[in-house]
Amino acid sequence: MSNDRVLKIVLVATLLCVVCSVLVSTAAVVLRPMQEKNSQLDMRRNILEAAQLIEPGEEVDVEALFENIEVRVIDMNTGEEAEGIDPAEYDPRKAAKDPKLGEPVPPDEDLAEIKRRALYQKVYLHRNESGELDKVILPIHGLGLWSTLYGFIALEPDLKTVQGLVYYDHKETPGLGGEVDNPKWKAQWPGKVLFDDDGNYDFTVHKGPSPVQSVHDADGVSGATITLRGVDSMLRYWMGENGYGPFLDNLKKKIDG
Amino acid sequence: MANAKEVLTKPLVSNNPIALQILGICSALAVTSQMQTTLVMCAAVIFVLALSNSSVALIRKHIPGSIRIIVQMTIIASLVIIVEQALKAYAFDAYKKMSVFVGLIITNCIVMGRAEAFAMKNPPLISALDGIGNALGYSLVLIVVAFWREILGAGQLLGFELMPVATEGGWYVPNGLMLMPPSAFFLIGLFIWFLRTLRPDQVEES
Repeated sequence: MSNDRVLKIVLVATLLCVVCSVLVSTAAVVLRPMQEKNSQLDMRRNILEAAQLIEPGEEVDVEALFENIEVRVIDMNTGEEAEGIDPAEYDPRKAAKDPKLGEPVPPDEDLAEIKRRALYQKVYLHRNESGELDKVILPIHGLGLWSTLYGFIALEPDLKTVQGLVYYDHKETPGLGGEVDNPKWKAQWPGKVLFDDDGNYDFTVHKGPSPVQSVHDADGVSGATITLRGVDSMLRYWMGENGYGPFLDNLKKKIDG
Repeated sequence: MANAKEVLTKPLVSNNPIALQILGICSALAVTSQMQTTLVMCAAVIFVLALSNSSVALIRKHIPGSIRIIVQMTIIASLVIIVEQALKAYAFDAYKKMSVFVGLIITNCIVMGRAEAFAMKNPPLISALDGIGNALGYSLVLIVVAFWREILGAGQLLGFELMPVATEGGWYVPNGLMLMPPSAFFLIGLFIWFLRTLRPDQVEES
């Protein structure tokens, strides 16, 4: 049979597609549990890293340390804890796309350029040995140059001083925007203060080295203007009234008693 | 019948896919800013190229000429997806660093170039060797480029600091250009110049 008869062409194409799709889907299905475990472990490691509980790359039992972290799902509008949502099952990234659990962000509010937001978010709380709240870890995300950057910011119990900032998922240029992963860049964050004494947001991430040395300014990365502008905007968004504003207000009232 | 040893070693220097055939330049620019990602990329390309070449060779007598390119593409794309999934499961950190570049192996001209030029005409085993040889030739150039880019661009190699950079109190002011993809063009150009000075037979007649 000649290879260029229509029947043979269709036959070869069909067989090839079947074989290839079986191989690809087998790989995807067989490897999925491990991939999910990896990505959960990676996320937990980053939460602990943001809270300065572990060093980047440190060999530790992430699962055991994570036992000390209390996960809560909060209603973004009221800032109260959401009833009836299991934190272990809830995924805000999926929820943002869901018509019932997410909503479009109005363009004038969309500083972080996330387009859709989840109505509920997960937050992570860490208590010290005497049971006092000592770390509040909040997930943040926003658009950089090529991709959305996903990360965590950890705050002191005063809810304005930063303990750490890490990104765990992005596709920025390695060596430029990707330097947000550089431990040296991340090391500047502990001690930065996001709000002024009156509780107004007062913080700027610069595009290059910050012209002033202050707790209200962070250094950028040379050659990564757009990524760093994204970092600046997402902090403004998530710390504002459309982000964790209501939750932070509530929490502050509780802490101040 | 091609000689096995020759098929394996020729693409390293005397018929290097990047330096002589000028194939696969695109990914040589993208993944060479750090040595570690370069090494993972090389391993992935060796795997894909060996298997794509042997799979294409295996069914070469049944591939209709009119759809041969798309058949090769399908095989290559499937292999790349499998590599990507495996990296995600077993080498998550490397996967995170490589991000989109793994998927870009699909568009690496060397992979399809070898399928079309060699595997379509030769039996599977020798085609696999040709794949490995070319992938090694590709790796050689990538490693040379990554070596200079990481040292000159960041003062380090595989994360180890070799030249203390000025921003941390050292003496070396890193060359930011080296972190940008175009610098790989200069380095590949210099590499080709070097190679052709050593082996004038590679110089094209003007």
